[in-house]
Amino acid sequence: MRRLLPVAAAVGLLLLLAGLQPWLRFVLTIALSTGLAVLGIAMLLRAGQVSFGHALYVAAGAYAVAFARPHTGEGLLLLLLAGLVATGLGLLVGLFVTRYRDIFFGMLNLAFSMVGWSLLEKLYGLTRGTDGIRVARPTLLGFALEGAAWEWALFSAALAAALLAGALVASYLRSPAGEALGAIKTRETRLEFAGISARRVLLQAYVVSATLAGLGGAIGALATLHVTPLLAYWTHSGELVFVAILGGTGNVLGPFLGAVVFELVRVHAAAAFPDAWQMILGLVLLAIVLAAARGLVGLLDDLAVRLGWRG
Amino acid sequence: MTALTRRTALATTAAALAAPWIVPRSALGQPKPARIRIGISTFLSGPASVFGVPGRNAADLLIEQLNAKGGIAGVPIEALVIDEAPGVNFLLGECRRLAQNENVDVMLASISSGSCLAVAPLAEELKLPNIMWDCGTQRIFEEGNWRWSVRTQANAVPEIVAPLLYLLSIRPDVQTVAVVNQDYAWGRDSWAIWKTAMEAIKPGIRVVAELFPKFGATDFSTEITRLQALRPDVVFSTSWGGELDTFVRQAAERRLFERSLFVLPLAESSLERVAKTLPEGVIVGARGDHWFLHPTARDSERLKGFVSEYRKRYGLYPIYPTFHMAQALFALEAAYTKAIAANGGAWPAREQLMDTLRGLEFDHLTGRMKIREDGQGLEPMLIGLAKHVPDYPFPVLDRMVLFPPELTMNPIGTKGLEWVKGLSMETVAKAPAPIPYKA
Amino acid sequence: MGLLFLLAALDGLAYAAQVFLVAVGLTLVFGVLKILNVAHGSLFAIGAYLASTLVGLVGVPWLSLLALAMAALAVGVVLGPVIERGLLARIYEKEHVLQLLVTFALLMILEDVQKLVWGVQPLFEDAPVRLLGQVEVGGIVYTVYQLLLLPGVALLVLVVLAWFLRRTLLGRTIVAVTHDREAAEAIGIDSRRVYLLTFTIGAALAAMGGALAAPTTSLVPGIGVQTIVLSFAVVATAGLGRIEGAAATALLIGLGRSFAVYFTPELEVVVPYLLMVAVLLVRPAGLFGSTELRRV
Repeated sequence: MRRLLPVAAAVGLLLLLAGLQPWLRFVLTIALSTGLAVLGIAMLLRAGQVSFGHALYVAAGAYAVAFARPHTGEGLLLLLLAGLVATGLGLLVGLFVTRYRDIFFGMLNLAFSMVGWSLLEKLYGLTRGTDGIRVARPTLLGFALEGAAWEWALFSAALAAALLAGALVASYLRSPAGEALGAIKTRETRLEFAGISARRVLLQAYVVSATLAGLGGAIGALATLHVTPLLAYWTHSGELVFVAILGGTGNVLGPFLGAVVFELVRVHAAAAFPDAWQMILGLVLLAIVLAAARGLVGLLDDLAVRLGWRG
Repeated sequence: MTALTRRTALATTAAALAAPWIVPRSALGQPKPARIRIGISTFLSGPASVFGVPGRNAADLLIEQLNAKGGIAGVPIEALVIDEAPGVNFLLGECRRLAQNENVDVMLASISSGSCLAVAPLAEELKLPNIMWDCGTQRIFEEGNWRWSVRTQANAVPEIVAPLLYLLSIRPDVQTVAVVNQDYAWGRDSWAIWKTAMEAIKPGIRVVAELFPKFGATDFSTEITRLQALRPDVVFSTSWGGELDTFVRQAAERRLFERSLFVLPLAESSLERVAKTLPEGVIVGARGDHWFLHPTARDSERLKGFVSEYRKRYGLYPIYPTFHMAQALFALEAAYTKAIAANGGAWPAREQLMDTLRGLEFDHLTGRMKIREDGQGLEPMLIGLAKHVPDYPFPVLDRMVLFPPELTMNPIGTKGLEWVKGLSMETVAKAPAPIPYKA
Repeated sequence: MGLLFLLAALDGLAYAAQVFLVAVGLTLVFGVLKILNVAHGSLFAIGAYLASTLVGLVGVPWLSLLALAMAALAVGVVLGPVIERGLLARIYEKEHVLQLLVTFALLMILEDVQKLVWGVQPLFEDAPVRLLGQVEVGGIVYTVYQLLLLPGVALLVLVVLAWFLRRTLLGRTIVAVTHDREAAEAIGIDSRRVYLLTFTIGAALAAMGGALAAPTTSLVPGIGVQTIVLSFAVVATAGLGRIEGAAATALLIGLGRSFAVYFTPELEVVVPYLLMVAVLLVRPAGLFGSTELRRV
């Protein structure tokens, strides 16, 4: 029960923010969708592997929605499809990249995402290149919603997806497979001695992370109703890793907390310093890495301990 | 979990019922606001800030000048600028923030066509007046019907048809053409328009190379080598910014200009930077009816005053994005003024502002233009030949032709890419007489 | 057809020289510090901008080549130690991902710093290119700068670096730290100094890549971001920290790209990445890499 308390607090806070500020509903929906992708990144970080290319799966999910939308009008079906597409792509690429570790793992992911990004730009007749594709607003569970009702519905769907994904990933990380994943980082060889295929464990996690990223991309696409190749660009992948570290990887709440804080900092930095918001984000990132390497979740943890909430 | 879902559901219903911002502010006779708040999205970072920052600078200057004479109908203007570089996800969040949190009255979006395509539906949803101030794709009004968006400049169709007509009027004997465009939507679209129109007007011109170096390329040596080997009569490129500068310099260093006639529809924005590296005789376009030495407006106080003030403040001559920004702001001023007059002095509602913008004729820095009923702006296209004169350290335009929109823009309800198939040598013959450069 | 191949090869060579000059510093730094410096692209950009400014300042064409070298040196000597001592030295003991992110943060910061200092107007200062003039090959005009100077400098850098690392005491010290830092420290090598020196050389090489590219291209915001991602591909394809590997990879990428422009233009952008995937498929540790001993 005590573990659920921070989750309930976070959900309450999100609902409050979204209720108080209409424009935040959209920003928070985007943040939650980013959080889903970051959750996948955080899983891989458990294994000590950094993917600099997960934007590929975000884009795969988003473009799956864009391409499937003319054929189906149901939002949940689109999300399902996007998840499947990203999973398939993740399996395909994963079979290859999970043979590598560290820098090679990171750079190969980067390479695949750059190929994906170029394809989205190159296949102009199909993807409309940088102009992107507009997505007509679908129904949700058969309801055709508009305006605030649609925003709330999508926000709730994103929140539900985040809670579900968070719970599943948390229980996965506590399972033997999850423990094995952590072992790749510290003692991969011993893992092999124990008769566990490290590659298989990593592949599992990789495919799940691709699914999460695809789902995040799909929710993002339903929120913006417009997809562009920029989604797959490497700086976007870098942002996902940024958010993972910002939030902290010790807890499944981290990615979502990180994503929300990232979006809010970016929005406010951009509003206050339109010419130098990148620098502000960079400084925030530096401060986190240098002063609080366990991320925001770590900071909150320390705070809780200091206040005597947790021993 | 159940409590949570119920709470969400409750909140959803409550918000849907309340949702005060969906309901338009009452129809007529609004109270006069204390300020007109304008949201402007433009590139403040990345390569396209070459256009974005001059556009923002123009907005700063013009808004200051407008406010100095009391704003629009006595109401001062306030601008909130956002960066569109991080992409659509970020931009749409920012637009919502401006609309719902900062209560902007009008949005001026954007430079990138992708941004405009994404913002138009949002403007419908928010019922937020949106003036597209610089984006060029013709798809926006051809494929969508937007109640809440207009565009205060032309689009890709006339921007490409006009230089083609110009080329065929001065060099009707062209046999071979090569293209070097940036590999993204604009590069592809502009080539499609050019190629389709060219095949219609003068079938038989051979395309010897279609080169699309990646967006942001810093080196065109390989492309230039190929062009030197192929020796096309004409090299067409709609590149812009740093890439166009690089292409022009590298081509000049390797004497490619001696072998081929260049058609550069966006070169006006690079003239001051590439200076006289750009040789005489190159066909130069300006994405519309503007240039700081515009042939019919150059002696007007309005243009002269703007150019000298802009130069004084930013150290550069104004380029087309500054004129586009001016067109958007002058259109806004004209629309408010006209609507207020029609109301007998009462402040217009947003719906009325949009109705007034459609069909509006307004004066801007270099002339007078019109917004069509579908929201698309109509302006002539200024095309000329680069010429070196002692008055300026960079090329000026000579033999300028102002192509009227009737000749270069497809009518409402047609698709530009289809419409250009109906062009012919007769269209070329209808081009107005060229105006020489005057010192 | 033969001529076409020759031309494509010449173009490829010129491009490969540029790619190598950018990637070699990154490879060196990665080999020694084990940090993939994402901000390498910013150092490239700042080197380029500073070179343009200096060339514009000296005004005299024959001094412009010297100005390029000065710019590279200045960036290396000033920014190199500042970044290494001020930032990187604090994170050597941390996880790889944190090190990566520190340099990513630095990239974001320097990107805006560069914008604040040099603005957004494209800069172009081609005095060095004009100084050296043109040559003709098979009726095609090339600039001496791109056809001869850039590949020449690239070759020189390769030879000097290889000589430095293999034949000088300081160089061998660096190599020793690359292979086994703990063992090197045990025999009395001060790895802190080695890191500082290596990073400074790496930063100077990045800036030199930028300075040498500056006369051929327009400098615009974002040029560092564009450049770095290509260098990543070179580093991984080459094999970790392999200078010769970087040269070979740059050559492959340069030739691959120019042949792509001639024969399948659609593939131009993806050439480096396809090469990387293909190479790593066959040689998992990169072209010149050797599989490291796993430490249990």
